Amino acid sequence: MIIETKGLTKQFGNFKAVDGISFGVSEGEIFGLLGPNGAGKTTTIKMLITLLAPTSGEAYIAGADIKNNKRKVRENIGVVFQDPSLDDELTGRENLQFHAILYRVDKSKREGKIQEMLKLVELEDKADILVKNYSGGMKRRLEIGRGLLHEPKVLFLDEPTIGLDTQTRRHMWEYIERLNKQHGTTIILTTHYIEEADYLCDRVAFVDHGKIVALDTPDTLKKKMGGDIIALKVKGSPNVAIRKFNRISWIKAAAIHDDLINLTVENGDRRLPEIVIFAQKHGIAVISTDIRKPSLEDVFIKYTGKTIRDEEGNWKDAMRLRHAAWSGGRK
Amino acid sequence: MIDSNAIYVVWLREMKRFARARSRVIGILVMPLFFLLGLGIGLGSLISQEIAGGSYLQFIVPGIIGMALMSTASSSGFSTIWDRQFGFLKEIMVTPNSRASIVVGRMLGGSTTAMVSALIVTMVSLLIGFRIQFTIAILLAIVFMLLIALVFISIGLILASVITDLQGFGMITSFLTMPLLFLSNGLFPLSQFPKVVQEIAYFNPLSYGIDGIRGALGGVSTLPMTTDLGVLALFVVVLASIAVYAFSKSEAGV
Repeated sequence: MIIETKGLTKQFGNFKAVDGISFGVSEGEIFGLLGPNGAGKTTTIKMLITLLAPTSGEAYIAGADIKNNKRKVRENIGVVFQDPSLDDELTGRENLQFHAILYRVDKSKREGKIQEMLKLVELEDKADILVKNYSGGMKRRLEIGRGLLHEPKVLFLDEPTIGLDTQTRRHMWEYIERLNKQHGTTIILTTHYIEEADYLCDRVAFVDHGKIVALDTPDTLKKKMGGDIIALKVKGSPNVAIRKFNRISWIKAAAIHDDLINLTVENGDRRLPEIVIFAQKHGIAVISTDIRKPSLEDVFIKYTGKTIRDEEGNWKDAMRLRHAAWSGGRK
Repeated sequence: MIDSNAIYVVWLREMKRFARARSRVIGILVMPLFFLLGLGIGLGSLISQEIAGGSYLQFIVPGIIGMALMSTASSSGFSTIWDRQFGFLKEIMVTPNSRASIVVGRMLGGSTTAMVSALIVTMVSLLIGFRIQFTIAILLAIVFMLLIALVFISIGLILASVITDLQGFGMITSFLTMPLLFLSNGLFPLSQFPKVVQEIAYFNPLSYGIDGIRGALGGVSTLPMTTDLGVLALFVVVLASIAVYAFSKSEAGV
């Protein structure tokens, strides 16, 4: 295990931003921390990269303790922060040069390495203009190139594609994949984009309220859901209808999401007619139906009871944080 | 632990940014040059009385050099706050380099820019009639200038570790530097002032620095120059240590 955490906890006042997180990442893996804003992903990363001291628990990166051997940890990691961390007043190349010196990249290799990274992130022709004239996507790419410049064993990507358009995001995924394949870099990323985690990650940990609620490969997580998902749109209150559906023994799970009733069943195509008949008998007017295989999003809903981009959820989390901050953590 | 690579990078970055930000260079020099011309020539022509054995211009130039050093140097805390606000500080903080080296790099960067502005002020004053007694003493004056710069860089860095917003920092430094200038022997001799004011001036590092420069360039100092040098060096050691400590302790606003 190149990364190992045991009961990692960070408390601000009485508010536990990270609450006893334990996981391991093996070398060469792309590992994702997936969760809504305010779930504790970034706080976890900040502890692992030695910028924030944990309240309790342990973590080791490449064998080095994040509490007592910060320097060794720092030597082995590269970080791409969620917020920009470039010097706008310098050119792209200068940003990379400074980074290379700070990480003691051998002088003879320095320029070659910088050129290689510029090529990787497709910024060769923009290398000598000031970063303040870069677009958002270019800045992000430069940061990723910079994070890799010193060939870290572990690369931390905190929301690597936040604020990027769909096309640039796709592009970024390809870079990240290529890096992982070509250099064997272990990558740990946080995201609140389900598709990102699904596409990139070998394993995903769902984080909610500072805790890991599920951890496995995206495929296994989906398979564990079992069967198919039948989504129903009904006339009237879905709450009343779902109570009735809950009486059916072969329905494995029932949840409401966006006013749709999601029923998890085996052999969905055969069960659908039965469900419609059941609905008619019990006075539920079905407007429309849909059958699909469970997505990672469904898994997320199952474990947390909410969608990841649930605006209300975000708002509540934000309020929770703010409240904790104002009241000194009284919850 | 001292990492020379980190010191070099932090210094070099400061130089590049300084060279590129022309408005900043001009902004820093405007005030001292106005004081030099306005007070040195304008007010100086009205003062026929000799001060400390020379003309008013002769008296005031070391004071204005001190002022230029103070304002340039204390503004180096500005870039710390800037870096924290715009994220670059995090990039430096996760590199395998000691916090002390980063502070040392900033101090060197700040003192270089401060020295540049001090030397520009010196050259302008030579053009308008300031006379240096012993050419070789310029070296000694440079030592004093450097120490003044280090004192105010340290003060700037200490403030920057406590204050997190740029406006607040700007306000507090100007609140601090103006009184320090007027409660020093920079613009006028303090001998006319009540005893209390004179005693306060003994706690003002700027007084020792300006007195030292005056002694080196003009040949007349109020205190023995060794005293000036000793006290100022002590200020540097104490304040720089606090600056290193404060910077290491602050979690860099992350």
